[in-house]
Amino acid sequence: MPSTAAPALTVRVLLFASYADTLGFDSVELSVTGPATVGDVLDRLRALPGGERLPPKPLCALNLTQVRSDAPLSGGDELAVLPPLAGG
Amino acid sequence: MTVYLTESPLDLGALLASVQSPERGAITCFLGTVRNHHGGRKVLRLEYSAYRPMVEAECARIVAEAESRWQVAIALRHRIGRLEIGEAAVAVVATSAHRDEAFVACRHVIEELKRRVPIWKREVYADGTVEWVGAKGSEAAGQEHSGAAGQRGSKGQAELADGRTTFGAWQRS
Repeated sequence: MPSTAAPALTVRVLLFASYADTLGFDSVELSVTGPATVGDVLDRLRALPGGERLPPKPLCALNLTQVRSDAPLSGGDELAVLPPLAGG
Repeated sequence: MTVYLTESPLDLGALLASVQSPERGAITCFLGTVRNHHGGRKVLRLEYSAYRPMVEAECARIVAEAESRWQVAIALRHRIGRLEIGEAAVAVVATSAHRDEAFVACRHVIEELKRRVPIWKREVYADGTVEWVGAKGSEAAGQEHSGAAGQRGSKGQAELADGRTTFGAWQRS
């Protein structure tokens, strides 16, 4: 195995409604060590102040499509963490 | 290209006109308006917010699915921003040759919107408090969707799941 460091992926994370209130921001860029999944970024969010109040498996959308927390990430992805939907 | 979100009052007449045609004799409409009560509390107004680009993408998918599943034309709009009691937040119009398809497609579109489209609302109560609808207890209840039969993320969405069962039984096969 090569000894080079694992590449870092930078993703843009968007929070909305109650989740934005809980963490105190609605957008952040996070770098994670690749390969990484949606769940890895959620773990990073949980480590931030207020992040412990996120549910175990929040609804997530990767580049505008709903995904599960085991979905793999690519650099430049936009990951949205969505509170319970309340349209209509 | 259709834009599904607006900050202006919904114009039902314009939506109707956009899907009316001589071949489609049946028209069904659904309007969701702001209610003055929720959970026994008096509501003064609602404030809607959205993940705009995903709302546009998801609404386009829902309309395309309905128009390929039934012989219908669908018009759909959702309003965001501050809405007063009685104002319309969402409008669905379905037109088809006959009423069965217009009814079923209209119902399908509003249920899918509520299940899939990233829009949120804050209720402003008469007692001065403000709450995100569906957020209460979401630490335990908020879940990713796990397919069509998956758990819903809130009480409202759980109620919707029950409603869909009723709808499924009512819907003609």
